[in-house]
Order: sequence, then C-alpha cells, then structure tokens
Amino acid sequence: MVKTAKIFLSGVLFLAVLQSAFADSGEMSLPRTVVAGSAFSVQTAGSGRGALYIVGPGQALRRDVQFGEPLQIAAGVLDNAGHYLAVLVGGSSPETEELDVLPADHPAVLSFLARPSRLPINLHDGISGAVYVYDVYHNLITAPATVSFDLSGASGTAQSRTVQTRNGAAWTQMSSSSKEGIADFVATAGGISSKRIIQQVPGDPCSLHMTAQKAGNEIELATDPLRDCSGNPVPDGTIVTFTESYRGTQTTVDVPLKRGIAQAEVPAYPGATISVATGVVMGNEIRWGER
Amino acid sequence: MRIRVIPVLCLCLAAGIRLANAQTSVQVDASKLEGPRVLAKQTERAAVRDYLQAWKSLSAAMNQNRVDLLDQDFVGIALDKLSATVRDQQRLGIRTAYQDLSHDVHLVFYSPEGLSIQMLDNVEYNVQLIDHDKVLTTQRAHARYVVVLTPSEVRWQVRIFQGDPQ
Repeated sequence: MVKTAKIFLSGVLFLAVLQSAFADSGEMSLPRTVVAGSAFSVQTAGSGRGALYIVGPGQALRRDVQFGEPLQIAAGVLDNAGHYLAVLVGGSSPETEELDVLPADHPAVLSFLARPSRLPINLHDGISGAVYVYDVYHNLITAPATVSFDLSGASGTAQSRTVQTRNGAAWTQMSSSSKEGIADFVATAGGISSKRIIQQVPGDPCSLHMTAQKAGNEIELATDPLRDCSGNPVPDGTIVTFTESYRGTQTTVDVPLKRGIAQAEVPAYPGATISVATGVVMGNEIRWGER
Repeated sequence: MRIRVIPVLCLCLAAGIRLANAQTSVQVDASKLEGPRVLAKQTERAAVRDYLQAWKSLSAAMNQNRVDLLDQDFVGIALDKLSATVRDQQRLGIRTAYQDLSHDVHLVFYSPEGLSIQMLDNVEYNVQLIDHDKVLTTQRAHARYVVVLTPSEVRWQVRIFQGDPQ
C-alpha cells in the first residue's frame, strides 16, 4: 500500500515537473508595433528549441528559436507595413501575438497622378493632381505629411498649394495660365519631388478674318494670323474651312493653319459668295465682284 | 496564470477545425468621401465588389501558394508584395488560410482624374497557419486595411493593400 502510494506520488511529481517545464518554455514578449525595416528582438522564456513564425499578407518569416535567449530580427528584414501574427511553437502550446509594422515616416517615393497632359489656357481648376506618399519600402505613409504642389512655366504666373495628406493621399486643382506653353507640375513631400509636364494650348480663335485677291482664273484666299482672345497664336494644324457658293453649288476647301494663317484657292466665279470658319468660330464673308 | 493546453491535444483540436464558411457581412459608407469628383453609385458598387473579390483571390493564393491567383485582382505594389509573400511561404513550406468574416468599408478618396479610389476597411477575419499540412494555430484577427484601387479595362484592381493600426 505504501509502495503504491510512493509510486503514485512519484508520478504526480514527475508530471508536475514536466508541466512546469512546459509552462516555462516558449513564453514570448515582443513589441506591439515596429517601424518597417527596423531591427527588434523577441524575448522567450524557458529552455529548449522552437520556432517563431511572423505571417501576414505582406510577408512571411520563420526563425529557429532557442528559448530563454532573445531572437533578433535584423534591420531590413520585416519591411512591409501591415498586420501580422507572431506564432511561437515548440513550447507547451503555440503562443500567438499580434504585431503591427508601421510605415517609416520619411517619404521616399511619390506616386503622382496629374491630368490632363494638354489643355486650353484659362481653364479654371482644369488641372488636377493627386499624390500617394510612400516610404523607402513602398509602404503608404498613412500619418499626415505635407505635400506642396507647384505649377510653373516659362510664361504665366506660378501657382502653389500646400496640402496635408490624409491616409497617405493628397490632391489639388489648379487653373491653366493665360499664356500658352509648357508648364511643370511638381509635387514635393519630404524633399522628394515628382514632375509632370502640362501643355497649355491656345483656346479657340477670338476672331477670324480673310482677304481675297484675284490670281488668273482663281481667287487667292488668306486669313489674318489667328489668335485666341488672350493673344496667343492658334496652333498650326488647326483646320480652317473656306466655302464658296455659286448658283446653288458649294465648293469646300479644308486647309490646316501654317505659320498662323490659312490659304486656299477657289475658282473665280463672278457673284460667288465665299465664307470662312474654324471650329465653332465663323469669319467674314466675301461676295466676289461681277464683271 | 496562462492556461496551457497539452500540445498533442492542441494539434488534434486544430486539425479538426475548419474555417467556417459563413456569409461575409459587408457594410459600406461613402459619406466621408473626399475629392472633387462625384462617385457614381454604379462605380462605388463595382469598386466594392471587386475589392471583396480580391479578398477571395488573396485567400486562395495564400492557401494554395499560387501567385497566379493574384493576377486578376491585384496590380502594382500590392501584387508585388503579395506575390513575394506567397513565394516566402513556398520557401518555408507553410500556408496561411484567410477567411474574411466582416468588412466595414469606408470610401475616403476618389481622385480628381478618376484613376484611384481609396477605402479604409475594418475587417474581421480568421487566419490559420499551416506548416507542412500541420495546423499550428487558428486565430481571429481584427485589422484596418488601407486600400487603393485603380481601374483596368474591365474591373477595379487593388494597387495598395496595407494593414494599418487603428
């Protein structure tokens, strides 16, 4: 009876020691948050060996662990911001902790969307820009950051706006200048810049006027230099249409603008009416003299 | 004192657990949308639909360790990072099974040119870690995800997918 009791007690003692060993092994302590790419350590208790997994959609790691010794995660290893589970196995039971990896706070990359690349002058809020700000590991920096937008060109007044990001994004709208030409649209955050080119082109011609003169059996037609209402030359290639009407028939000639003017020849019918237009702008009308 | 479970028992239990195939609940709020551009209801619905589909693709890719399953719904940085994670898992011989349980989606930004929609999603999900077909743990997680979608020819694709502490 005494012998049986001794065996029973020994068994209980053995189990208690075993349980104690399990209880002491593997308990981990790690920071709740770390900055992307930074080094950190995970503390474990007890003795024996195990493994630590750090898993999330952004990354997956596994490290062998010697319980009782700190595990170092080196700089640059865990560099994708996000929500992770840290799972320690090898102890009495798997132990799980949550770990958030934060983006670094210094901008390194800007994703700059600017539209349009070409637009008429004097268009109110016609240019828009949106920026997403990333750290060096291409993590979106969700903490507020200051972004400046600058629109400047060889002609026209420079415009500037300063905007705070919200959840990593900032946007602005600006008006095209009154002068044609190339403008630089630049977004800057934390010393990092991204540039887009915006081409500002003249608007519709402000007025359209042509003259006519006889050249043999033809009439030579020519417009005055075409300009928009701000005085900018209308771009070459703009189509100008001359129309001659004579005894119920119509002759139409489309010509592109060259060096600011459009020229064409039409038959010289006495009594013909000649008109000119480009886009929605109508020019003057000429009635060719009867002889 | 922490309650401990004998490892064998734990493994048996974990092996028996299957991620429940419950209906995912989804809430969408666009009342705090920023930006000068009006977000049409049809566009909003399409973006949210494609985002939820992206979670399914993510779950399948991570569970089967197949990068190709990400191609339809992810692009750019998100595709690069998730693909790298799948390759990490392949190398380590592990898999992760994600099951999204609920989404509380807040549309926060529609860029002026219409080329990106940003949303914040307070998502609740189960995640299971499997090492060489042995389930190591099953956990329920809550996280806020910052998501940016951009349009392709036929759908919205996730360009940024990043967990963010609330």
